[in-house]
Amino acid sequence: MSALIASKIQNNPKYLELVGRRDKLSWTLSAIVCIIYFGFTLMIAFAPGVLTQPIAAGSVIPLGMLLGVGVILISALLTGVYVYKANTTFDPIVLEIVQEASK
Amino acid sequence: MMTKIIAVLLTALALMASGLSQAADTATAGVSAVAPTAAVVASGVPASVAPASAVAVVASAVAATPAEPPLNWNAIIMFLIFVAVTLGITYWAATRTKTATDFYAAGRGVTGLQNGMAIAGDYMSAASFLGIAALVYFNGFYGLIFSVGWLVGWPIILFLIAERLRNLGKYTYADVVSFRLKQGPIRVMAAISSLIVVIWYLIGQAVGAGQLLHTLIPQVSYKEAIVVVGALIIIYVTFGGMKATTWVQIIKACLLLGGATLMAFGVMQHEGFSFEKLFSDAVAIHPKGLDIMKSVVPLGAKANPIESISLGLTLMFGTAGLPHILMRFFTVTDAKAARKSVLYGTCFIGFFYILTFIIGFGAIVLVANNPTYVADISKSILALKGGGSMPAVYLSHALGGDLFLGFIAAVAFATILAVVSGLTLAGASALSHDIYASVIKKGKASEKEEVWVSKMAVIGLGIVAVLLGIAFEKQNVAYIVALTFSIAACTNFPILVLSIFWRGLTTRGAVLGGYTGIIGSIGLLVIGPTVWTKVLGMGPAIFPYDFPTFVVLPTVLIVAYIASVTDKSESGQKEREAYDAQLIRAETGLGAETSASSH
Repeated sequence: MSALIASKIQNNPKYLELVGRRDKLSWTLSAIVCIIYFGFTLMIAFAPGVLTQPIAAGSVIPLGMLLGVGVILISALLTGVYVYKANTTFDPIVLEIVQEASK
Repeated sequence: MMTKIIAVLLTALALMASGLSQAADTATAGVSAVAPTAAVVASGVPASVAPASAVAVVASAVAATPAEPPLNWNAIIMFLIFVAVTLGITYWAATRTKTATDFYAAGRGVTGLQNGMAIAGDYMSAASFLGIAALVYFNGFYGLIFSVGWLVGWPIILFLIAERLRNLGKYTYADVVSFRLKQGPIRVMAAISSLIVVIWYLIGQAVGAGQLLHTLIPQVSYKEAIVVVGALIIIYVTFGGMKATTWVQIIKACLLLGGATLMAFGVMQHEGFSFEKLFSDAVAIHPKGLDIMKSVVPLGAKANPIESISLGLTLMFGTAGLPHILMRFFTVTDAKAARKSVLYGTCFIGFFYILTFIIGFGAIVLVANNPTYVADISKSILALKGGGSMPAVYLSHALGGDLFLGFIAAVAFATILAVVSGLTLAGASALSHDIYASVIKKGKASEKEEVWVSKMAVIGLGIVAVLLGIAFEKQNVAYIVALTFSIAACTNFPILVLSIFWRGLTTRGAVLGGYTGIIGSIGLLVIGPTVWTKVLGMGPAIFPYDFPTFVVLPTVLIVAYIASVTDKSESGQKEREAYDAQLIRAETGLGAETSASSH
């Protein structure tokens, strides 16, 4: 990558916008996963009674089992959200930036 | 030449297995027919049945130990098929492995879906298959906490690491950390932490392989099992490099997912496809009854909030710092494929963990209290013949008889081979790419020399794994997960993320932070309950927690921060300025290593 291309990209407002938007999405989704997972973990640590209560009267299935499986499913879902967003929104912007810089 | 070597090794392996098994069969027949005079009969039989005199020696040796169980033919045949196929792939890969990029990164030609399968194959170890099923079998609901913790690292890898790693690095994660920092000190630190993780992880896998294979096929001793694993790994990786490793992992992932799905389906069919029935049946059978649904710690252990949180941190961020996992992102064509591969990998792994949970409860219903599998039913209806990792294996027998048991046993063994291949390659690349080529030769080693050193490192690591695996046979290795994941979570993960996202990080901060992570996590583990009390027998632990991450990870971040912001050196200033160029490459992929096929 030449210094000229680098400076063109550096000064392209689209690039700065891309970095800002991607960072925002990355850190927001990371925060969501952490909040959900550490929420689950904090319940294990401080409120195990909530997790071990049955989901319905007469059922042996504890609420925590549904929540645990839920954390796994939400994690997979959020990776899907990121991939969709990156494929449809960020990749075209990256392509534009690279093309404009190599003109 | 390579064909010949592989052919000879394969033949030798087949001969060894068939020789052993024939001998054992003969001996077993002798034992069961005329037990009191078994030795006499057995030593007389081989002359007519067995082809070689060497076999006769083995036969009489085996006959001397009475009451050998019959040989598990199904497992052996399926295992040999797997070995034959993977050696065939290794040969194919060897003919296509010419450059260093081929060797370390499969020519960067792996697609997103392929890498997603390989990620699953690299990550789903026998410990997570047999281990989580066993945790559920003994403790119920508690096992799910591990499944969840081992999965949530994956979204973090995607959001923060995968694409940027692919864009910035070449073969190891140290490439990324040293992108704008000083090569020498960074690579030495990163290689040390990688090698500690890899070698301990290898010990855990080797011990597991030895015990598993010896339990499933008692005629193969613990040592022989480990030697077979070591020999196969050395062949796969030295000849086939990352291409062979990738395909071994892909095949293993398909087998493991297929086998686990069949088992979970069998369990659900037995329970009329009702989860309520599965769980109430398990509660009815398990000696702890409803407690298996009520405990968030191992049954019988005291609740410990800080330990639970530290465990959570370790599992989540440890996953995102394992060198053999990070290495997989250099094999894909581009950042987009890296991104997609995490989505596929996460789905496979998440699906698998849900299956292991069903399998664990299925084992309570179908394996516990069954005299075929339980060691001494009058003492405990849970304790199984062959030890604590057997619930999933016996469940396969309960569901599908000898044939399915053989299949699952072969799958478990394939699982170990795939994980060990990835680990060995990651360890070898730290030695050859980081230490030899970048530090000793200062980047002036030729590609050929580097790959040669790498292959020697593979052989060396393979031998080390075998020797340590044998040395640790009788040791308590339960702390290995805590050790490897703690170092990965406290060193590799924070230093990697800081180098990618924080302009202010300098060499001084990264190195001091990195060593704080390595020394801190090992030190606290040694004076913690698992090593201090259980392994060394020194009495109550000085540091009362099994998982030190909740102390060490924040300390590493603070040390790296303070050491960086107080770094007023000229080189430190240059490193901060170089962040702009790094960011452009990380975000756009301009200048990133390209895939071999695109030239």
